[in-house]
Amino acid sequence: MKPGFSRKIEGYLFISPWLIGFLFFVAGPMVYSLVLSFQKWSLMSEPKFIGLQNYAKLSGDPLMWLSLKNTVYYVFGSVPLRLFLALILAVLINQKIAGTNLYRAILYSPSLITGVALAVVWMWMFQPDYGLVNSLLSRIGISGPRWLGSTEWAMPALILMSLWTIGSQMVIFLAGLQDIPGQLYEAAALDGANAWQRFTTVTLPMLSPVILFNLIMNIIQSFQVFEHVYIMTGGGPANSTLVAVLYLYDNAFKFFKMGYASAFAWILFLIILVMTLVVLRTSQHWVHYQGGV
Amino acid sequence: MIITGERMAHRHTAKRYAGLIATHLVLILFSIVFILPFFWMLSGALKTSQQVFSFPIQWLPNPVVWTDNFVKGWTSRPFNRYLLNTLFITLVGVVSRPLASSLVGYGFARCHFPGRDFLFVIVLATMMLPMQVTMIPLFVIYKNIGWINTYYPLTVPFVLGGGPFMIFLMRQFFLGIPGELEDAARVDGCNSLQIYYRIFLPLAKPALSTVAILSFMYHWNDFLWPLIYINDEKKKTLVLGLESMKDMYAGSWNQIMAVAVLILLPCMMIFFLFQKYFVQGISTTGLKG
Repeated sequence: MKPGFSRKIEGYLFISPWLIGFLFFVAGPMVYSLVLSFQKWSLMSEPKFIGLQNYAKLSGDPLMWLSLKNTVYYVFGSVPLRLFLALILAVLINQKIAGTNLYRAILYSPSLITGVALAVVWMWMFQPDYGLVNSLLSRIGISGPRWLGSTEWAMPALILMSLWTIGSQMVIFLAGLQDIPGQLYEAAALDGANAWQRFTTVTLPMLSPVILFNLIMNIIQSFQVFEHVYIMTGGGPANSTLVAVLYLYDNAFKFFKMGYASAFAWILFLIILVMTLVVLRTSQHWVHYQGGV
Repeated sequence: MIITGERMAHRHTAKRYAGLIATHLVLILFSIVFILPFFWMLSGALKTSQQVFSFPIQWLPNPVVWTDNFVKGWTSRPFNRYLLNTLFITLVGVVSRPLASSLVGYGFARCHFPGRDFLFVIVLATMMLPMQVTMIPLFVIYKNIGWINTYYPLTVPFVLGGGPFMIFLMRQFFLGIPGELEDAARVDGCNSLQIYYRIFLPLAKPALSTVAILSFMYHWNDFLWPLIYINDEKKKTLVLGLESMKDMYAGSWNQIMAVAVLILLPCMMIFFLFQKYFVQGISTTGLKG
């Protein structure tokens, strides 16, 4: 009974900055957001309680559905490619080769230039008439599309450039790869496994918890894609890149429909939550935990 | 768990060398592709307006415009003012977040109190919480208490606790420090605050550096929060200024690139100087997976 009452209080004192911040900037606003979602309010007049009308209106809002569709397009286009590329690069860097640190630094560096700088340089590179991308394409005889100016190609352009920011995932994969005990590879080699077999029977199963982690973080982040879209296309052309958070932002801070936007925020939150739970559920079949080794 | 660097014994055959060369070739190719946006940015910053439009593109500026685009770009908006604003916000974050997150992380790692594990799960959950849910109510709250167009929304939430990820990082670090040190200090009559301050904080320099560096990157580049909470032209940050340049006439790509290069420069320098802290910080995230 030595660590008595005062020691317990001490613990709360240490975490109190977080606790205060959490109550005022996370928990409180979340409750308030739920209240807002049942109100009609444009910041000008008095807020009016309207029950579930925001949610009912959302379900019949074609732009809401379009924004969800576009977001799903982005998520399904971007996440698998990003994971695949990050994994391949991590495996390559993890070979016993010279220059590991340099490669890692170079491949990570675009992840540093968050949002704005990367967005403006890609806007220029995607210019249809004088951009770098189409210039390279024309060299191999392809007349490139109008990229950000095309309803068909704007989203693929955004997905393509998202591949430049896989640095964090690559570093996380790399850390996971370095944690795989060398004996496993030795044992597999003794059993006559070739490089590809060692990859599928040792690397992939041992790395599966890290793959799951990266997959979930990626899905959560991609569902919230905003910055690049806001800067590069503003949702256009013809709403072809209107993603969910952009539509939410427009409703809240352009049209000042605070209640309506809050309701949409909760729907988005629920979708992300369900997606995460579904992935977690399926992971039981493909994630291998080390305890059994 | 065994974390040895032990690898398979490789036979130095011709096949192995071929594999090595192929690996390098692929990595070099990807490195070039990944550096391309930087290269294009820098090259663009040194070009004339005509060269910006040339098609097929010109890889290198000719003639090189050394200073013009930087000066014109930087003075096209009140960037000196934006720099001061950004420096202030970033400085507050860099100083306060290591301190705050180490306090909270210490509490979660080394103190025993009812509800600790439950509260820590909440910390982890907020790491994954989409900010869209709190973005709108926070705007309304800030509006009501007069925080719009101030730097409070960009600093206070981070000063309090340092942010969930930083707390997680510090806690993981403190968990790894052996308990004997703490016991010995307690026998000597130190209280928890003294133990935190005299023993744990000095040991935590690598983790504190990681938090400081990640905080710098975050606040320097943060776009969404300033976009929502700062409308006053004079109070904007560097990245907001850069974003507003995209509406300039098309011939100013060289000026936009010049400003982008200037904003990136500090981040790049910090990254290449302190690379190991980044790797440490990012790797920690994955380990709990």
